[in-house]
Amino acid sequence: MCVGVPAKVLHIDGFSALVDVMGSQMNVGIIFVPEVKIGDYVIVHAGQAMSIVDEQYAKESLEEWRKLVDARRDG
Amino acid sequence: MLDVMDNPTHFALSRTLLQEVRMLASQFQQTFGRVPSFMEVCGSHTMALARTGIKKALEGYVRLISGPGCPVCVTDQVTIDAMISLTDGVDRIICTFGDMMRVPGSYGTLMQAKTEGKDVRVVYSPVDAVRIAEQYPDQEVIFLGIGFETTIPILAAAVKEAEEKQVHNFSMWMSTKLVEPILRQLLHDREVLLDGFLLPGHVSMVMGRKHFEFLATEYDMPAVISGFEALHMLSAIRHLLMLALKQHAIVLNDYKSVVTEQGNKQAKYWMNHYFTLCDEAWRGIGVISQSGMDFKKEYDQFNAKMKFSVSTREPRRTKCRCGEVIRGLIDPPQCALFGKACTPLNPIGPCMVSSEGSCAAYYQYMREE
Ligand code: SF4
Repeated sequence: MCVGVPAKVLHIDGFSALVDVMGSQMNVGIIFVPEVKIGDYVIVHAGQAMSIVDEQYAKESLEEWRKLVDARRDG
Repeated sequence: MLDVMDNPTHFALSRTLLQEVRMLASQFQQTFGRVPSFMEVCGSHTMALARTGIKKALEGYVRLISGPGCPVCVTDQVTIDAMISLTDGVDRIICTFGDMMRVPGSYGTLMQAKTEGKDVRVVYSPVDAVRIAEQYPDQEVIFLGIGFETTIPILAAAVKEAEEKQVHNFSMWMSTKLVEPILRQLLHDREVLLDGFLLPGHVSMVMGRKHFEFLATEYDMPAVISGFEALHMLSAIRHLLMLALKQHAIVLNDYKSVVTEQGNKQAKYWMNHYFTLCDEAWRGIGVISQSGMDFKKEYDQFNAKMKFSVSTREPRRTKCRCGEVIRGLIDPPQCALFGKACTPLNPIGPCMVSSEGSCAAYYQYMREE
């Protein structure tokens, strides 16, 4: 019930948006993320977009983990 | 961006993170003479930790205790029975999230009511229930509003839609729960020894990191907000171990791509617009003051509890130990019924039914054959 799915915003129409979730398309509400833009990734929960995914932070986490692998390899 | 999720190098990353976690856990054991214990507050984490094999891979290194984070599981039996008996009335359509369908009531389930000819429908979103109400103006449509802070704004969105479209035959029977009061209760009772919390990413995306700061400032508990992929969870556990080793109580956001300091202001605004704090009864724990949300007086017209009365009898007693499972006091296999009288096909308690229930997670992914 609580698992949100990341979805890509394809089209925005007022208070709802067409999103792509792993290849299938659906309409979701966007009243909680009014600033959302086409191309953004959002976390969807029970038909509503709840958060816009910040790609910069997603990349930073990955970088942090990669550094750990490198450190182990070198160490 | 999402190639982040299925890139093959992730296997290597996960393996490294797992090794790091094990190494830090061993350090903790050497320092403190025991295995570190963390509670994952969220039912989705319980499932994801079991499904990804992390929980098993960390056996003997880190004790991961499932907390009270499965919304169906923490709902007390009287409330479950009341929701099921709502199907007794005529000209009603009961709408619910799928998780509720097979939850055992004392005298039947929603699924049985449906088989007997009652109109019970699973919807993906509560807004769908408002649409059904528009389609069937001669019927009363009641949505069973169960959930935590992630779901409460979504319930508000449905009420907003019903209000704007003046749908008068739509109402909701609310039984929502809040994470902060139950964490305070657990920390007050101190029934289990804990070294930190793995905090739910999705509740945090609504409430924000700051909302959980009380864990560190008032209870001296380290806590880390985590996402739901294997890498996210291993990374969060690694951070928790580092904090626990240093005895450093802070609330860390390890899911910054989704969770902000203040959370989602719009979502908080709408939940507080329609709903207000109320006392809620938790399974195996009892009533906790101001631990849920229900309709404000001025929205009584959408409050199913005001529109309909139900008669419930004394709940039937079973040997189900869900109450102890959700408090982290026992692991599912310690329940005598686990895997014997109680299985996903024939569940005795909600923890075996819900897709977020600890017993279901154990049964599917961690059972010794
Ligand atoms: S195994 Fe079944 S009966 Fe036992 S605690 Fe879990 S849900 Fe309840």
